[in-house]
Amino acid sequence: MSSEVDVVITGLGATTPLGGDVTSTWDALLAGKSGVGRMTHEWVEKYDLPVKIASQLVVDPTEVLPRVEARRLDRSEQVAIVASRQAWADAGHGDDTVDRQRLAVIIGTGIGGAITLLTQDDLLEQHGLRKVSPLTVPMLMPNGPAAHVGLELKAQAGVHAPVSACASGAEAIAWAYRMIKSGEADVVVAGGAEACITAIPVAGFSQARTMSTRNDEPEKASRPFDTGRDGFVLGEGAGVMVLERREFAEARGARVYGRLAGIGTSADGYHITAPDPEGVGQSRAIAAALRSGGIDPSDVGHVNCHATSTPVGDVAETVAIRKAIGDHPVLTAPKGALGHLLGAAGAVEAIVTVLSIRDGIVPQTLNLENLDPAVTLDVVAGEPRKIKLDAAVNDSFGFGGHNVALAFTPA
Amino acid sequence: MSDNVLTGLAEIVEEVAGVAADDVTAEKSFVDDLDIDSLSMVEIAVQAEDKFGVKIPDDELANLKTVGDAVNYITSNK
Repeated sequence: MSSEVDVVITGLGATTPLGGDVTSTWDALLAGKSGVGRMTHEWVEKYDLPVKIASQLVVDPTEVLPRVEARRLDRSEQVAIVASRQAWADAGHGDDTVDRQRLAVIIGTGIGGAITLLTQDDLLEQHGLRKVSPLTVPMLMPNGPAAHVGLELKAQAGVHAPVSACASGAEAIAWAYRMIKSGEADVVVAGGAEACITAIPVAGFSQARTMSTRNDEPEKASRPFDTGRDGFVLGEGAGVMVLERREFAEARGARVYGRLAGIGTSADGYHITAPDPEGVGQSRAIAAALRSGGIDPSDVGHVNCHATSTPVGDVAETVAIRKAIGDHPVLTAPKGALGHLLGAAGAVEAIVTVLSIRDGIVPQTLNLENLDPAVTLDVVAGEPRKIKLDAAVNDSFGFGGHNVALAFTPA
Repeated sequence: MSDNVLTGLAEIVEEVAGVAADDVTAEKSFVDDLDIDSLSMVEIAVQAEDKFGVKIPDDELANLKTVGDAVNYITSNK
């Protein structure tokens, strides 16, 4: 690897429960809005699910995409296409701005095409083979979001789909960093996509007792670091960023949002769903991100946390942050407003981290009213906080013990 | 050639592949002119079977190169 290679961010795209694009999402986050609401699906009552709330998209992708294109895509693929088109245009890229053999696409997902799988299974059960769509497999495969975006952009340096549960989106960005650093690509479109708000994931997460059942106050249900937290809120959406080798971006006169200075990944080797309460694996990922970016822990002013609003996970993360960085960084947890976008979470929150550096402002953790006394770090609550940032870290962790940390610095 | 079958088939092609029904004319090739891939052809065949009450086995489907081929097959096998 050449240490000379610098990785910068030139384009951002997203569709989230707070807005149909990056600007509206960012504005809603700073304004303290919640993306969480009641689910109206018939299956919620049919199965009497204990969880009746979710964080659902503001702009349905079928409103944005042409009808025929939408019907050939799983919802997770639809949101990936929507966010990628925004990011590509935002970066000022077009048909001939990059040699396609130097362009890669890396988009992760946690669950993949669950809605397609279940819909097609219903058709098979009820009507037999003839009614099963010939597009079933390309719609349900977890590499589908990456593959469709890769095909649209004709990316030929590589198309990849990391699957590491709720770390998938961040892992895609880490992978992009490695590809650019190693010289495999000049430009990488990277992020995460998730859209699995359907009966089985909700039932499964409910049975694992990981979700909030604050059904009567949906907007208050996701409350990371708060003493009243009782689980995460399932969300859907996509976040995508365009990353480039700095010289390449500068040569084409691209606007640069910020720099992905370093990345770190690790695995807990502890439990299939529970985080290590000592945060050992998580702190190793954070430390590795700082090391690879040549960042001194004392320069990290902010951590955009993974904190999902579960009783165990939130505290373990603060232990890891303290261990890897110290007690000085200012924390926030965007899932209070966004809910948990699973495989898209890391990508959307990486975008939020980049904007925090650019604008010098850290959004508040929505619904943080009474800080858990086990959390002894400074968590932004109530309103956004202005703070000039020299470096910020974004954490993402997933079922399976996957840990990813991304370290960003100003342009 | 049956106009009713052509009209009905054109509606299916528009629904599945987004080709304007007016462009679905007898001489057009599904693949070369209408840009319809093999996966969409399977969907079109299933919908045509339901709409016209015919059976279109895979080995017959492979022979239906143009819209006119399909209309003729459907008309003579209804």
